Amino acid sequence: MTSDRAAGKAPAGDQHAGRPVAPGPATTAPATATIPAGTRHAWPPRSRSLSVTGIAVLIAVIAVFPLVFTNPTATNFGVITLIFVAVASAWNMFSGFSGYLSLGHAVFYGTGAYFLVVAAKDWNLNGADVFWLLPLAGVVAALIAVPLGLVALRVRRHTFVVITIAFFFIAQLSASNLTVTGGSSGVLAPIPNWAAATFNNPFYYLAMLLAAAAVTLSVLIRRSVFGLQLRAIRDDEDRAAGLGVRAMPVKLAALVLSAFFTGMAGALWVYFIGQAVPQFVFDPLFDLAVVLMAFFGGLGTIAGPVLGALILEPTQLYLNLQESNSYESEILFGALFLVVILFLPRGVLPTAGEWLTTGRIRRLRGDWLAWRARRTANPPVPPAAGNLS
Amino acid sequence: MASEIGQAIAAGILGGGVYALMAAGLTLIFGVLDIINVAQGIFVVLGAYLSYVLSVHLHLDLLLGLFITVPAMFVIGLVIYWLFIRPLRGAERTSMTLLACFAVALIIEGVLYQEFGSNYVSLNAWYTTASVHLFDFYLADIYLIGFGLAAVAFGALYLILYRTTFGRAVRATMQNQVAARLIGIDVNRVSAVTFGIGTSVTAIGGMVYGAISGGFTPNSSYDLISRLLAIVILAGMGSIGGALVTAIFMTTVEALVDIWQPDWAVVVFYLAMVIILTFRPAGLFGRRAVRAQ
Repeated sequence: MTSDRAAGKAPAGDQHAGRPVAPGPATTAPATATIPAGTRHAWPPRSRSLSVTGIAVLIAVIAVFPLVFTNPTATNFGVITLIFVAVASAWNMFSGFSGYLSLGHAVFYGTGAYFLVVAAKDWNLNGADVFWLLPLAGVVAALIAVPLGLVALRVRRHTFVVITIAFFFIAQLSASNLTVTGGSSGVLAPIPNWAAATFNNPFYYLAMLLAAAAVTLSVLIRRSVFGLQLRAIRDDEDRAAGLGVRAMPVKLAALVLSAFFTGMAGALWVYFIGQAVPQFVFDPLFDLAVVLMAFFGGLGTIAGPVLGALILEPTQLYLNLQESNSYESEILFGALFLVVILFLPRGVLPTAGEWLTTGRIRRLRGDWLAWRARRTANPPVPPAAGNLS
Repeated sequence: MASEIGQAIAAGILGGGVYALMAAGLTLIFGVLDIINVAQGIFVVLGAYLSYVLSVHLHLDLLLGLFITVPAMFVIGLVIYWLFIRPLRGAERTSMTLLACFAVALIIEGVLYQEFGSNYVSLNAWYTTASVHLFDFYLADIYLIGFGLAAVAFGALYLILYRTTFGRAVRATMQNQVAARLIGIDVNRVSAVTFGIGTSVTAIGGMVYGAISGGFTPNSSYDLISRLLAIVILAGMGSIGGALVTAIFMTTVEALVDIWQPDWAVVVFYLAMVIILTFRPAGLFGRRAVRAQ
């Protein structure tokens, strides 16, 4: 075992060094020497400056959007879409990284939403003061996630998914039967007291902030040891546990963080739409929509859920606006879901990345073939030849 | 009071038979294909609407209609399997198939809404209104008929699984798919037919559900699937006998709680599930392997 590892380590060290190491094995030494140094360094090729520019442009476009399109319908779409960017990123933070698919995130979304309306009513909060409840709503959702996680995370795969569905139904049923949630008629949120012309803007920028925070945390998690542990759990939990990952605390921490952002998003959403009603706050389509966004963009990636939300949510809002009844959009939604699952099972981004990589490999291979053909046509003069003559 | 309790127990046991049948279809599909068919709820509603169409437009008796709806649901199951389940392969198959079933359920729900609207419809025949006098309470005939149908279907299921070559192949596939493939079983065919059988039982379930529940809409599928999933998980995935026992027990408990707390009766399902899974993650009758996977 140890000799295997030692043998495996030496070539890896060579590659990381990025330049040919002199005393290599006799068979590989010429091959190493013939590959141009540049191509070896640049694999996999990255253009960090390009992605930084891209992100900056995206943020600028999103920030300027409500100033350019002042039409309330447009900013309305914007608010809901950004809330879904936050939720999809938050969902991905847990489910995408750990592989535990949750179909019950509406529990956290709804908890945040109900907390906001009930607390605002009880504490007589109005106007912009209500926004101070958002972090609290996130904390409440995170607290709810602890017992749910302790039960649900004991089981894996299908059973986990089904338990999250069950939690969802318990939450929906409780919301329609408890007195604190106002039963099936729900609770009204306070009415914001700012001007109608720029009514959507505070919601818009808060949603943008929330989405940015969720995405930033996703990036930090992905680059951390914590993120590595999560992905180890996704790939093989038993092996990860064997290697010293304490699976339960890691999974639970991811779920709690995810619930925190989902709860805040739900609270912001409910203040925006103005009323918490059980069947809209705990909506099975919400769970599916979030999962579809993450799958569509690319599960477990950073940009995937963001892209999925930015494309799918406006599409769905637009369809709802166009269709006279919601059933047609439901059918379209299901059909889209099936198309994504059947033809882009790993999502748009990874598939596109694969195409790019395949193209690049093909191009490199073409270069290499041309180079080899040139060499065969006029072979290099071996230095030994001079000695012979 | 005593008669109320007696009635609740009788209705719970008899109604539980039908839930057990629907759950058996679910657990059979899980055992062979390793899929959670979350579309089972909407299949039941679809079966109920098929019975409704036959009885209203063709004036066919509900029981006779089953001779059409059961094969129809079988074919629908086969088609869905071939189109959407079979192509899914690879490491993410588990979650992919679940989401595919969910998407199919959404599409069927949308189509049903478009065809039948969101008004409650119910299935009617002479035996849905007539009732029998038992001890000191009355019970609608349909409960007895439903239980009888479930018993017949369970008998047929047993004969297929334990007395035919095909059933042997199904059980072999349940135990170990790779080994089944190695000894020459056409796992693809077995999977397709199993999916068909698993959905065809929903035709019976849907007919009885439509008659017992007093009214259903496409939205009823959410209530159905959450109960069915709770039963299957409680029983332990892949255990048909476990599903039978659990379904009857749970519906009886629910009917009893319903006497005092009608709003919260259905929570009994989920609470029982949460409590039992905390202590026995594989379910009551489940094999340990289910968790280890």
